[in-house]
Amino acid sequence: MMAYKKRHDNRAVDETRPIIAKAGVIKKADGSAYFSIGKTAAYAAVYGPREMHPKFMQDARRGVLRCNYNMMPFSGMGERVRPGPNRRSKEISMVTEKALLPVVDLDDYPYAVVDVFIELPQTDAGSRCAGICAAAIALADAGIRMKDMVAAVSVGQVEDLLVVDLDYEEEAHEEGDVADIPLAMIPSTGEITLLQMDGKITKENLLKAIALGKPVLQRIAEIQRKALKEKFDNHGDNNE
Amino acid sequence: MGLLVKERSVVVPGEVLAEGLDFLPSNGTYRHEEKILANQLGLLVVDGKVLKTIPLSGRYLPKKNDIVIGRVMDITMMGWRFEINSPYTSLLSMKEGSFDFIPKNANLSKYYALDDHAVLEIIKVTSQNLVDLTAKGPGLRKLKGGQIIKVNTHKVPRIIGKKGSMVSMLKKATGCKIIVGQNGLVWVQGEPKSEILAVDTIHKIESESHLPGLTERIKSHLEQTLGIKIEAEPDQPEEER
Repeated sequence: MMAYKKRHDNRAVDETRPIIAKAGVIKKADGSAYFSIGKTAAYAAVYGPREMHPKFMQDARRGVLRCNYNMMPFSGMGERVRPGPNRRSKEISMVTEKALLPVVDLDDYPYAVVDVFIELPQTDAGSRCAGICAAAIALADAGIRMKDMVAAVSVGQVEDLLVVDLDYEEEAHEEGDVADIPLAMIPSTGEITLLQMDGKITKENLLKAIALGKPVLQRIAEIQRKALKEKFDNHGDNNE
Repeated sequence: MGLLVKERSVVVPGEVLAEGLDFLPSNGTYRHEEKILANQLGLLVVDGKVLKTIPLSGRYLPKKNDIVIGRVMDITMMGWRFEINSPYTSLLSMKEGSFDFIPKNANLSKYYALDDHAVLEIIKVTSQNLVDLTAKGPGLRKLKGGQIIKVNTHKVPRIIGKKGSMVSMLKKATGCKIIVGQNGLVWVQGEPKSEILAVDTIHKIESESHLPGLTERIKSHLEQTLGIKIEAEPDQPEEER
């Protein structure tokens, strides 16, 4: 049996799959974005601030951020994904919310809610990270005050190799241990806002994997900012 | 050191605008250690030492003395509740609703029925964003006929123009009655064809407002479509060509 020394798609260990990011893709939403990394694609639509219903969830001190993560029925690799909320999507909605909350400032909007809908038409591992990246662009596009973007990527270990942005083949690697660690970071301060883990890894390697991911997250944040700016560049060109 | 981005460029949250202590943060910017960063999507404005941004998107937040266009969504014991294209609804009390005396137990829908639209002024906004309106003031009235379109509330100053120059040009060129609410609702009434032209032009202003030479472009657009010359003080606009 061959040890996993080289990634199956010949990527460098700190190389992500190709990324495409766009802002303002959904006309009717207050803010929206598309973010794809390899075969994983996410749309995010932001509505609000708007009146919060049900009323008992309103907060008199500040606005509420409400995220919803949803995998479309045809988005999986084989079987149809059963539509509607399930245990996994509820958890991911919650961690997405908590990953974004440290940057958004909703103090001016008591009783109101900002709704973020994340839809995934196609997934190949790393979907929550793609969702967070899309949601951050969409929130900024909606004009929500936020002190920085949030960039997210997964890091991990396949056998003895520390890697960034695992795809499904690496995540499902069966010949040895795999650790999959979704990571989200505020680029300007380096604070981590999402850290989950699936699999086995030593403490030393966990820290090494996070260190490997940080510069990648900075690059992703640049891509997110560029996407927002391009929205306004294109606008000018179309009308000239 | 100093300014790192060009003035009037689009800045995004988390972008470093300046380093060192030469500049001060204001609306849409904040200081983190030695740097000033943007915290909202917008156009950068340098005002002396102060860095601020003009927002490009976002919902309308009620502000005192704003003229807004609202829709009656509910009638209560005390007055009317208006929907004003914002996260918050607003109240028009009986006292502020009409110059006429409204007797006890009067049928309030005689004054404003459900789904009526009106131009109103915001007289009070509390810290919890409870909004009070008045219908007493110059130009404030119930709207009859015409159509209402939604625009980005941050583009309203562009639609109005300097001292109302843009909207008055539009009124003269199309012959429509136009009222622009600060909340991003615009009421347009006129001949069907000119109404369509006015609406198209307003959407054009909205989508091109961040590019230079806006007034000239809108002027030539109107001239081309109508086939007339728009002077600084034009005559009565022709009816239909």
